[in-house]
Amino acid sequence: MASIRMERLRKVFGKVVAVADVSLEIADGEFMVLLGPSGCGKTTMLRCLAGLERPDGGRVFIGDRDVTDAPPATRGIAMVFQSYAVFPHMTVRDNIAFGLRMRGVPPDKVRRRVEDGAALLQIDQLLDRYPAQLSGGQRQRVAVARAIVMQPEVLLMDEPLSNLDALLRLQMRAELKRLHEEVRSTTVYVTHDQVEALSLGQRIAVIRGGQVVQCDTPGRVYDAPANRFVGGFIGSPPMNFLDATLRRDGAGAAVEVGGARIPLPRAPQAADGGEVVVGIRPEHIAVQPAPSPDGVRARVVVLEPLGPQALLTVRAGAETLKVTTPVEFHAEPGAEVWLRFDAARIRLMDARTGDALAG
Amino acid sequence: MSAAARRALLALAVTGVGAWVLAPIVLIALASFTTRSQLYAWPRGVIPNPWSVETLRFFLQAQGVLQATWHSLVVAGLTIALAILIGAPAGYALSRFRFAGREAFRLAILGTKMFPATILAVPLAVSFIHWGLYDTLLGVAFVHTALALPFAIIITTSVFVGVPFELEEAAMTLGCGRLQAFLRVALPIALPGLAAAAIFTFVLSWNEVFAATILTLRTRTLPALVMNAVGSAGAPADFRFAAGFFMIVPALIIIMVIRRYLLTLWGVTVR
Repeated sequence: MASIRMERLRKVFGKVVAVADVSLEIADGEFMVLLGPSGCGKTTMLRCLAGLERPDGGRVFIGDRDVTDAPPATRGIAMVFQSYAVFPHMTVRDNIAFGLRMRGVPPDKVRRRVEDGAALLQIDQLLDRYPAQLSGGQRQRVAVARAIVMQPEVLLMDEPLSNLDALLRLQMRAELKRLHEEVRSTTVYVTHDQVEALSLGQRIAVIRGGQVVQCDTPGRVYDAPANRFVGGFIGSPPMNFLDATLRRDGAGAAVEVGGARIPLPRAPQAADGGEVVVGIRPEHIAVQPAPSPDGVRARVVVLEPLGPQALLTVRAGAETLKVTTPVEFHAEPGAEVWLRFDAARIRLMDARTGDALAG
Repeated sequence: MSAAARRALLALAVTGVGAWVLAPIVLIALASFTTRSQLYAWPRGVIPNPWSVETLRFFLQAQGVLQATWHSLVVAGLTIALAILIGAPAGYALSRFRFAGREAFRLAILGTKMFPATILAVPLAVSFIHWGLYDTLLGVAFVHTALALPFAIIITTSVFVGVPFELEEAAMTLGCGRLQAFLRVALPIALPGLAAAAIFTFVLSWNEVFAATILTLRTRTLPALVMNAVGSAGAPADFRFAAGFFMIVPALIIIMVIRRYLLTLWGVTVR
């Protein structure tokens, strides 16, 4: 077991800065998710950890050891690739045993660990097959088993679920979480899927443009996004944003949105009359048929029943908002409604920088 | 033009081209199974009557034929070894690394095909005499290697492009060094493709006559021997037919075997 530390890690491809001086610490045994849109540098970061990419600057530590210049073989890592990278010319058994044999583990011990690993991933019936005879989901399990039998100090996963169909992904996601609780390797998991990140990570590092924008627990990242980008990236549908003006007086602070005045429970650090952006999640908006002083007027665009709840799209002024409503809710397109925001859940952001305002 | 008419026209063209290539091969094959007396009789049918291996036996027992066949096999073996040992690393480098001058290198490979052997014949012979390579099998193998390398490099490049680099990276994360990852993962997967390149090289060397003729006197390869027998010594027709058949057969068998690889040569499968 080992912790991981990146110090001012930098990687440049030609003129593109893939990783821009990132410093990040991952605790021993932690499940850390690197989340970001494609091309944000998260995979490059992982490959620097694996030793498959040479950083242009900064250091990488695994445990107390500086591994910046160490080859992948000596880092005590194992990796699961997006394409699985299962060796096509070997049986499942030989695939899983490959790393153990390279390390010179005695044959009887190899056999036992391969069988244990295969049982853990429920592929013990497939040990004598070749990868070409397996489904995508089974190949995925082989790739995970091959990594886990190494009992690595650090387990690296690069979008391991992105090539699976939706149902299988759901199943495998839960299994990976169970697996981590069993093997307890320090895990770094790269994904662009925010649901995966929320469900798996003990902490999530949201990455954009080669930099860590926010690194926190899934709950904090979801409820208190550090800026407009994080709020808009996480959540499905994502956070709504509305332009607003901050008002402060003796009674406290409030925001004015499209004629409505919403009192805030905590005063943010911004001046009276300041331009702000109100960030509010779809489930924190209540829809009511009659006007009220803190209700934002809006017009129904469309209502989509989604099973457990319904998704309402409305227009308030120039902006389109998404609101989740109970399935019992009914509204005709074009109808006028009033939206009440849960004031405690509002995340205020600076209109210019998009950064969240401390409250 | 209707689809049916177009298809008929295509079929006609295919038949024409096919006949153009196949007719001589079929005629040579039939003639080589005809007895000598039959061959010189007139008029005679196309189909041998009776079928006989007399002509082929006459060819194989002719002076120097078995010796020359052995020479051809040795030269082909050496050529394959050299072409793969030089071509495969070049192909691997072209498929894996982006280096300065990569495109120029690719072009240069094809550029070597711009100089016909005829132009190089005299300087080559002089140099070979100077180096003591003249009239040796190794010398012929060197020239054949030079001729085969462009194809060997192009084929092995496409073979290694077809082996994802991620597999080697996976091997490295599992404890392999760079070289071990290549030997244990990339090479075994590339082996069928490399075999195709080897077979292609064999056909090229087996059929090559020009360099073999001008660079040897006594250690002749089979094509050089036949060329000499037909050209200077005026060998009889039955010898020519038998020799032609004997030399075509390996090439035919091999082309059928590697057709699959040639079709996927550019990373695109044509079916």
